[in-house]
This record gives sequence, C-alpha cells and structure tokens, in this order.
Amino acid sequence: MIRYILRRLLYAIPILIGVNIITFFLFFVVNTPDNMARIHLGVKHVTPEAIEQWKAEHGYDKPLFLNREQGGLESVTDTLFVDRSLKLFSLEFGKADDGRDIARDIRTRMWPSLAIALPVFVIGLMANVTAALLMIFYRGTRLEYAGVVGLIALMSISSLFYIIAGQYFVARLWQWLPISGYGGGIDAFKFILLPVLVSVAAGLGSGARWYRTIFLEEIGKDYVRTARAKGLSELRVLFRHVLKNGMIPILTGAVVVLPLLFTGSLVTESFFGIPGLGSYTIDAIRAQDFAIVQSMVFLGSALYILGLLLTDLSYTLVDPRVKLA
Amino acid sequence: MRNWIFALLLPALLSGCDEAWNNPYPQEDAGSNTLYTVFEERPKHLDPARSYSSNEVEFTGQIYEPPLQYHFLKRPYALEPLTTEGMPAVRFWDAAGRELPAGSPPETIARTTYDISIRPGIRYQPHPAFAVLPDGKPRYFGLAAQDIEAIGTLGDFEYTGSRELTAEDYVYEIKRLASPRLNSPIFGLMSEYIEGLDELNRRLVQAGKGLSKDAWLDLRPHDFPGAQATGKYSFRITLKTHYPQFIYWLAMPFFAPIPWEAERFYAQPGMAERNLNLDWFPAGTGPFMLSENDPNRRMVLARNPNFHGETYPVEGEAGDAAKGLLADAGKPLPLIERAVFTLEKEDIPQWNKFLQGYYDASGISSDNFDQAVQFSPEGEADLTPDMKDKGIRLVTAVATSNRYMGFNMKDPLIGQAGGEAARKLRQAISIAVDYEEFISIFLNGRGIAAQGALPPGIFGYQEDHNPVVYAGPGKRRSLAEAKRLLNEAGYPNGRNAKTGEPLVLYFDTAATGPDAKSRLDWLIKQFRKLDIQLVIRATDYNRFQDKMLRGNAQIFEWGWNADYPDPENFLFLLYGPNAKAGRNGENAANYGNPEFDRLFAQMKGMANGPERQQVIDRMTAILREDAPWLFGFFPKGFSLQHAWVGNVKPNLMANNTLKYRRIDAAFRERSRAEWNRPVLWPLGVGAIALLALVWPAWRQYRRHEEGRA
Repeated sequence: MIRYILRRLLYAIPILIGVNIITFFLFFVVNTPDNMARIHLGVKHVTPEAIEQWKAEHGYDKPLFLNREQGGLESVTDTLFVDRSLKLFSLEFGKADDGRDIARDIRTRMWPSLAIALPVFVIGLMANVTAALLMIFYRGTRLEYAGVVGLIALMSISSLFYIIAGQYFVARLWQWLPISGYGGGIDAFKFILLPVLVSVAAGLGSGARWYRTIFLEEIGKDYVRTARAKGLSELRVLFRHVLKNGMIPILTGAVVVLPLLFTGSLVTESFFGIPGLGSYTIDAIRAQDFAIVQSMVFLGSALYILGLLLTDLSYTLVDPRVKLA
Repeated sequence: MRNWIFALLLPALLSGCDEAWNNPYPQEDAGSNTLYTVFEERPKHLDPARSYSSNEVEFTGQIYEPPLQYHFLKRPYALEPLTTEGMPAVRFWDAAGRELPAGSPPETIARTTYDISIRPGIRYQPHPAFAVLPDGKPRYFGLAAQDIEAIGTLGDFEYTGSRELTAEDYVYEIKRLASPRLNSPIFGLMSEYIEGLDELNRRLVQAGKGLSKDAWLDLRPHDFPGAQATGKYSFRITLKTHYPQFIYWLAMPFFAPIPWEAERFYAQPGMAERNLNLDWFPAGTGPFMLSENDPNRRMVLARNPNFHGETYPVEGEAGDAAKGLLADAGKPLPLIERAVFTLEKEDIPQWNKFLQGYYDASGISSDNFDQAVQFSPEGEADLTPDMKDKGIRLVTAVATSNRYMGFNMKDPLIGQAGGEAARKLRQAISIAVDYEEFISIFLNGRGIAAQGALPPGIFGYQEDHNPVVYAGPGKRRSLAEAKRLLNEAGYPNGRNAKTGEPLVLYFDTAATGPDAKSRLDWLIKQFRKLDIQLVIRATDYNRFQDKMLRGNAQIFEWGWNADYPDPENFLFLLYGPNAKAGRNGENAANYGNPEFDRLFAQMKGMANGPERQQVIDRMTAILREDAPWLFGFFPKGFSLQHAWVGNVKPNLMANNTLKYRRIDAAFRERSRAEWNRPVLWPLGVGAIALLALVWPAWRQYRRHEEGRA
C-alpha cells in the first residue's frame, strides 16, 4: 500500500509540471509582463522606466522559458518559468502582484470556502441520495415520473438562475436572510444559509438522477430479492441494503471532490460576497495576477490528484476484494 | 418540514426577534454613529507614495494628511491649509540664484521654492511602531520572526504609541517618491519638477543593491536639494522650473508625511509574510485610522483618538446654508465615529442592501436606473416615487473628467499630414457623430456633450457651443453641412474623388464584450451617415497601448480624470511636446499646433483671471477649428443618499470628505426596522406545498406496504 501511494505521488510530479506548463503557456499567450505592469500601474503617468521597474520588482524581467543570454543549464533555469514553478512544489506560493503573501491569503480564505462547501457537500449528498432512493421506492408510479421530470427541470436551469432567484425571493422580497456578505463566528450562519440552500438546490437535479441510476442497477440484484423474501420492509431494503451496496460508486465519486472543497466555488462565492478561495481565483483572473492564478491552479491540481489517490484508497475500504499493489 | 422552517427562522432566533432577519451587521452595531458604504475592488496600495486609484485614495485620503486640502464647500475649488500654518510661501529664483518678484515672466524663473510651516502638536495615530519601553527605546524594533509568530494583524501588538508630526516626515515621504522599491506612479512626473529627485533615485538604487529585498532602506541619510527640513516644523520644496500647478499636488496623499519608524517597523523579519506593511496598515495623522483591514471582506475606518482637531467650515458658497450644509458649522470633526466599507462586487446585492437601508449611499447602475430615476418633460432628472417615499435624495455632479474620441494626427490620411482636407474630414465626422444620442442611449442621460476640452468646474470652461459642430446652443449642424465638408475634403458621398475608392477609416479599441459591441455598432452607424466605412480594430489592452505608443492607431477613444482643478491639467493633453507617440506623453492624439503650444506655455504660468481666460478661449478656438478630438462628453455622476445622511456636497477634487459626513443613526434604525420586516406568508405556503407533496407519497407508501402484506 505504501509503495502504491509513493508511486502515485511520484506520478503526480510530471502531471503537476505539465499543468504548470499549460498554465504558463495559456496565461502568457494572452498576457505579456508589460501588459500586467500596465494594468497594475494604471493609465496615468506610466513611463517605460516604471514598467521595467515594476517587472524587475515582481520578477517578470526574465525570459519565459529560454534565456538566450545564459549558457548551458542556466539558459533553462534562469527563466521566469523555473523561478515561478520550483517553489510551488514546496508550497511556497510567493507574493501576489499587490504584494500580499499568497500562502497567508490561502490559509485565511479557505475557511469561508469550507464553510460553504462542506455543508453543501454533506447536505447535498444526503438530499441527493434520499431523493434517489425515494424515486426507487416509488418507481413505476406517477410520483416517480413527476420526480424525474422535476429533476430534469432542476438540472436544466442554470446555476446562476438559482442564485439570482434565491437572492430575489429569500433575501429581497421576503427579507429572511442577508442577500450577501460574510461574518465570523455565529454570524457566519445567517450568511452561509442562503448560498448553501441555493447550491444544494442547484445540484439536486443532476445528483439525484446520477444516484438513481446507481440504485436502479442495484435494485435488480439477487440480494435485494433475498432481503424482500425475508420480509423486510421496502424502506429497510432500500436504506439498509441497497444504499450500502450502492455506496461504492457514491463514496468514490464523493471522495474525489473532498480535497477540492477547499478551493471553493467560483460563482457562488462571487455572487454572495463570500471571501473564499473561489472569489480569490476569480479576482486574480480579472486582475491578471499570474502569481495567484498559478498558485490556485497548482493547488487545485494537487488537490485533485490527492482526491484521486484517496478514491483509490477508499476502494479498499469499501470493497475488501480490491487490493492496491 | 419543521426542520426547514426552524432553519429559516434560526437567524431571527439567534439574533433576537426585534431585529430584522436580513441585517448583515452585528446587533451591537445598532444605533452606532457609523457610516456604511461599499468598496467594489480591493485596493492594491494604501501606501501614499503608491496609491493613485480612486478606490485607494478613498482610504488614504481619510488617514493621511498632506499639507493642504480643498475647502469642502467653496466653489470654484480653493486650497486651504490642512496641517500647515497658512499657505506655502512661494518664491521664484533666476538662474543666478537671485530672487525674482512674483509675477515674473515664466522664462526667467529657473527655480521655485515652497516654504511650508506645519502646525506643532499634531500627533500620529496609535501605532506599534511608536511603542516605547520604559527607558524610551522602541519596543518593537529588532524583532525576530519567532517574536511575531502569534501576530496575525496589527491589532495583535499589545502596545502602541504615538509621536508628534515633524517636517522631516514630509521630507521623508518626498524621498520615498524616488525609492526604487516603491515604484511611485508619480516619480516620473515629479522628477521633471522636483530638483534632484531623479538623482536621488539613482543614489537609492545603488544604496539598495547591498541590501536584501526586505531589509529597510533608510532614506534619512540621503539628503537631496528638492526637499529639505529647515526646522522642526518647517521644510522647503525646491522645483527646478516654474510649475505653478505644483501647489495642487500638495493636497494629494503623495505628499503626506510618513514616519520613518513605520518603515523601520514593517521591514522586520516575518512582517511581509503577514502582510504587515504600509500598503495594508497605514500610519497617519488624519481624522480616521484603519482599525480593521480585511480587504477580502470589509475595511473599517475608526476615529483617530490622537486627531489634532479641525472644525466644520463656517462658510461656503451661496445657497449652502439653505441646503443645510452649514448646520454643523464650527463643530469638531469628524462627525462620525466609524465608517464600514464592505466589499461588494456585484450590483444586485449592493443595490438591494441600499434599498434595505444597509448602505447609506449608492451609485446607480444601468440596470437599476429606471427603478431610481425618471426624467421630467423638461429633461430634468428626478427620483421615482418609490425612491422619494423612502426619503432618498438624488445628488448629481458633472465630473471633472472627459471622454473623447481622438484622431491620430500622425496618421497620413486623417492627421496633420493630410492638411486642409484632413481637417475638413475631421470636422465632418465631428458633426456626424451625435454625442447627445450617445448620452441618451448608453448613459441614461448621465453626461453632457462637450464643447471643448475643459469640463465644467475647471477655470476656463465657458457655457458656449462649438461653432464648428453646432449651429447654435444644442443645435447640431446638419448632415448636409457635414457632407459638404466631406465633399470639400475630397470624399464626395464617402468615396475618394480621384480613385473612386470608398473611404475606410479604422477605430482602434481594447473594448470587447456585448456592451462594447452595441456601442461600436452605434459608432459604425454614425460614420455610415457620411457613407464612411468604419472598421473596428479590436485588440487587447496591451496591444492597444502599444499601438498608441507607436502612433499606429487611427481613431481611438480616450479619457482623462482631473488631478487638480486647473485648465493646464486638461489642455496639456493636446500640448505638442506631450505627444504619446515617441515621447510617452499624455497627448494621445499626437496633436501639435505651434500657436496652441505657445499659448499653452503662456497660460500655464498665469494666474486665473480675465487674461488667462482670454488665452484659454483662443486655445479652445484653435482646437475646435483643428478638431483633433471629437470632444465627446463629460460624464455626470448620479448618486443616491438616504435621508439620514447629512453634509453631502459633491467635491470632485477633495478626497478627504468623510470627516464632514453626518449620520442620524436613530433615524436609520427606525427606517431599517420598518423596511425589513420579514414576509412570513411564504413559509405557510411552503408548508402547505410540502404537505401536498408528502400526502400522496404517504398514501402510495401505505398502499405499497399493504400490498406486500
């Protein structure tokens, strides 16, 4: 098992380097360091010297991938790419273009992201599984047809609509909750309730349909027939036996997203004014702050790889037949 | 179902039933003398040497105190002492070092000195950089990284201190403008004027080479002739030229004092990793200090307990007393205890919170314009009845900025090389592009069509019309006249008279997206009125800037926001030696006219008065005739203020007006309670709907179980 984990972690290195190269390439295809300097220096009284000074100050005065002024290995190592990438592997994210320490910002901002993402994940999972099992319970009835239609309707609507509708009805018209914002401690509750509700509702359609498919596969198996033959109630059959056996794909699907909960939601956080990592990333893209964008992409990729690893490990937990070698 | 209702009711249960459920602020803030407002983008720099954007100066203006400020109420804008004993003494010197009398011809003036005396007794806000041990030594100097492991923010330091403001602090800040580590946006400009500033920069570059990036570069030993303390409370700024507009810069935070102790304090190990620096935690003498700085969520300005004291102005312009703007005359400032700035990036939440009374003021986005404003048959903007019912007030002001369309005068077809034909072509286009229509369609009427380069509020502005474009006030010349000019330019019906080729012009822009597209389509339509084909060359911002720097664009759109209320700050945008192409100046059109340039040099050194007005009128006439710009429009700012906000008078030059603002907190509390009663009937409807769903499910379940039995 340990050898397997080590091997997977070693595989992660070329993947992360590849992701980094792609991030670099995509970012600098549309932005040059001069462009970034101009955006940060504003439009008034900007001199070429000021642009050069800004680039030097922020380390953008080196060539991107190949330094022709250097010979040998240094032609590759004395570049912006190596400067900016090597430290990432030791989780040294450096400074944002406005001088703030990125690692500190990430540490601060991951908590609001988690405050939204974790309840959405837990409540959403419970709601999706429950809805899917209920539809299995009522399969073949009008209730199931109505449920499927409802779920398709829910998944057909843009998540933006849920946000705007939630803000309009719950916060503006009925005035139950603040329309946006965030607070610390117990105050956080009234701010996260609406985004959590909206996010759960937005994910219900696709989530419940996906789990329904899993449970439909399980419901025709022999152990279900045996359980019914033993005289167990249908609800007991579903929530005890079918749910337990259906947990393998559910668990593996859920585990893979667990680490990504830290990175938050780009759209939800922006609309609800949640100071998490999702809005951090969006702001950085808008401000063309490469240091943050690169750090967040790297972090997201690393967490995703971690999620995949955890998924593989979780197989061994939920299905003893699986052996990792 | 009960759980759902409980969950929805929980906020109210937690916060007490008498409070509105949707109140985004803590209960303990209720009734406090606090102003609530927003910031839409987190400021990048709060260091006065670096901050220039309006969203940064909004904070630094309240925290730092440059020597001068603009009078809050008087118009035209007038400077007055802020921390100084009277206005600076300005003296002129010739090349031989002899003093010249005031009013000497600008060409004889080789140097200008500003002698400034500050008032004794002004103290800095409480700050750990000033904290001292019982023996008088600094408490927090010489810290190691492990000493501040438990520190997360500036407020975590147990001790603070203060000290008196001295003239050296002003000198220190002027030196900081040249620091290679700060990259001040005005260094390039100021090095053209302040004696020895560029040389100081070179010295500091050398001095910084031996130091690590985070180590403190002490500027105190680096004396330079441009700024020198002449006493504990007096200092002198020396300019190497005659630049009368320099005095306006003395009202900007760039020239606010910085104590060396703050730089020394923040340069210690571990501070940068905690974002503890002057960019995020200022140290000023102003009426407010930044008591909470979470630029990702909210920033709070609290009254500076050490503020030296200032009183509300006792005089203003005519009509101010009738508007209640002098009701607080003579009262000590600031009038509020705190100002809470909440990060609000989206329009919808911002607007709704304003309507709910949780923000005291708001701008008006295009989406909300019709909900807030209606126009009378006479074209006057007024509030809708809904807004009036809430007691909201509309405050409008024409901005001291412009938005114009420029012709690149280096372009062979449309520029100066095109001679008289090109001039007529530019004039024809000036007539055809209908800015009144633009303002109506795209700005909801929030702007006025410009008749020249100077906006209202700037000396030299005349309420006349551009005779090249308008036949009379508000009466644009006809398309027939534009076509006649086009014909005379050699393009009858939009075709080259010699070759028969259609006239194709190019508009360079960095604007993209749906909003930009509709504007660009409108522009194409305007040119089509003259049968001119306008081709849009959309590009990214950087390439657009490159094109402008190289003089490769043909037609473009640009704007300028006044730094100070002097005509020089607008007319220099057309001064030949300021050309953007090749010189990196602000003359984006690369316009050059010898007479205009000569008059500009003359006007720059003149005091406001009839003679200066005459020169400006002549310059305006030249511009109208040459038409290097379509003068475009001057934006008109609309803002909404709740009835409990007092002392609101637009001051487009001052950036420190927060101290004058008054809040009736009790009135606000009553309004919030009245406007934010939760609507409960949807809970009942939701419960019934849920029952309606559960009931058939329950029946089905029973049937199912009975069937199995």
